[in-house]
Amino acid sequence: MKKTTTSTPYLFGLDSFGDLATDSHSKLMSHAASIRLVIDEAVLADKLGVDIIALGEHHREEFAISSPEMVLSAIASKTKNIKLASGVTVLSSDDPVRVYERFATLDAVSGGRAQVILGRGSFTESFPLFGYDLRDYEELFEEKVELFSKLLTEKPITWEGTHTQSLDKADIFPKTESGRLATYVGVGGSPNSVVRAAAYDFPLVLAIIGGSPDRFAPYVDLYKRAAEQFDHTPHPVGMHSPGFIADTDEQAIELAFPLFKEAMDKVGESRGWQPMTKQHFMNEVKGGSMYVGSPETVAKKIAKSMKAVGAERFDLVYGFGPMKASDRYRMIELYGKEVIPRVRELLAGE
Amino acid sequence: MVAVKTIGILGAGKLGITLAQLARKAGYKVYVAGSGDPEKIALSVQVLAPGAHAVRSKDAARISDIVVLAMPLGKYRKIPVDTLEGKLVVDAMNHWWEVDGPRDDLLSSDMSSSEAMQEFLPNSRVVKALNHMGYHDLHDEARPATMPGRKAIAVAGDVQADIDTVSQIINALGFDPLYIGVLSTGRALEPGHPAFGADENKTALLQLVSR
Ligand SMILES: NC(=O)c1ccc[n+]([C@@H]2O[C@H](COP(=O)([O-])OP(=O)(O)OC[C@H]3O[C@@H](n4cnc5c(N)ncnc54)[C@H](OP(=O)(O)O)[C@@H]3O)[C@@H](O)[C@H]2O)c1
Repeated sequence: MKKTTTSTPYLFGLDSFGDLATDSHSKLMSHAASIRLVIDEAVLADKLGVDIIALGEHHREEFAISSPEMVLSAIASKTKNIKLASGVTVLSSDDPVRVYERFATLDAVSGGRAQVILGRGSFTESFPLFGYDLRDYEELFEEKVELFSKLLTEKPITWEGTHTQSLDKADIFPKTESGRLATYVGVGGSPNSVVRAAAYDFPLVLAIIGGSPDRFAPYVDLYKRAAEQFDHTPHPVGMHSPGFIADTDEQAIELAFPLFKEAMDKVGESRGWQPMTKQHFMNEVKGGSMYVGSPETVAKKIAKSMKAVGAERFDLVYGFGPMKASDRYRMIELYGKEVIPRVRELLAGE
Repeated sequence: MVAVKTIGILGAGKLGITLAQLARKAGYKVYVAGSGDPEKIALSVQVLAPGAHAVRSKDAARISDIVVLAMPLGKYRKIPVDTLEGKLVVDAMNHWWEVDGPRDDLLSSDMSSSEAMQEFLPNSRVVKALNHMGYHDLHDEARPATMPGRKAIAVAGDVQADIDTVSQIINALGFDPLYIGVLSTGRALEPGHPAFGADENKTALLQLVSR
């Protein structure tokens, strides 16, 4: 397949948290079946030329994926080109050495296609689960990012830990073939996290899950200026937002609203916000951060947002809520066959 | 009513920076503080809220006519109590389990979080406001009073003059202030209550508050 050549290599991904899907009888699929579904979907995405599949780590009933790199490893063996990313790896409640080892292994299995996206995550179930104290939220992340950045040098390291192990000239394996595991930092709206990503010379992926995307343009500026201050060359910035694509706008909205609502309300329940209204949903679809509609509508919106934000990578979070597997499949087809080529065209046409 | 020229913001995160942006646009002098060394937040403040100054929290508290609490509630013991003596303080904080842990470990259950802040700051005057709307809505929805479709921000407090002062600031930031009652009524704005998260006009917000 010949790609339109542009000076900027825009990248397009699909992200999933492993939401439990529903089968053709609208019956909720099991965790196991939902995991296998994601593997099939990633195979399809690879065939269609989607650049990245990113799987987020969650420890909640409605999401099947708690160990993304296990699923990614299975995907690796069935695909050729697609990059295999976490989205995100909750580093605060994990062991940086083990994270490195697992992803370096995935990198080996996949011939260099692994990407770690480190984040604090927006859920915190993993803290009590792995014996961490939420009160150390900030400190844990800060210390572990630092340790992880040292591990990425792939040289023996000596480390004095407070929340982490201490290491004495420890050498960690496997080494990667490229010499450096592709590592990103995923951030929400916290300016401090943006500066931190720049300080460690990590590329940035912005999670933009509500409101108008343009407000993130200053964050990209902040990232670039912070990188300069630390004498690093700023990396291209990515963004990640939820969406749903169907053949027509009406169909997409009608199908997506109840599912998005169910998914959002479930989170809202534990956080104390109110159920999502249709009006709120439509505001997000029109001017906000939900990419819902026909391929043309979604492509236009993605191109516009990428330009407004200054992003060179766009990851669409798909399969939100208990969605029919066939609708998810159709959405991936439309994304790969129609939306991505159209966004490239729109971005090149300026 | 205090004639407010200078606003101090304790917290340089999502909310603090957004408020700093709005306050700068409204023409206030703005001092923002994070948890420690202003160096750490200087660049964020400079890029995201041009014209605002990054300072230590003690300095923000000392210099400013009014101080907004925009830091994690779980860190409230670090608020510079002495420096805030005699000042008007706007509490925009919420208990957020994900960051602060269980509420019972932090606050007594028979009190709203803002009453607890008033108790912690006995010689300051606490007004609750700017806590219920998400930071991106604050950013996207701020608009001049002359523009249609303005959204409302609820205010709860005990002293009329302070309520007026805070209401005037909210108006200047781009929202209709909605007075809902004494400080304890601010409970209706906390997470888990209908008005929490509200991005609504005055009439709709009033309905949510009274539900
Ligand atoms: N996010 C929203 O949409 C929203 C809306 C309304 C109300 N609120 C409330 O606003 C507060 C802040 O939320 P956020 O989302 O902005 O959090 P955030 O992005 O995590 O930012 C928290 C900020 O507080 C600072 N901080 C921590 N300890 C401090 C201290 N002792 N003195 C001064 N600053 C301190 C942090 O600085 P360091 O980085 O130096 O630690 C950081 O800049 C919370 O109580 C939240 O419930 C949030």
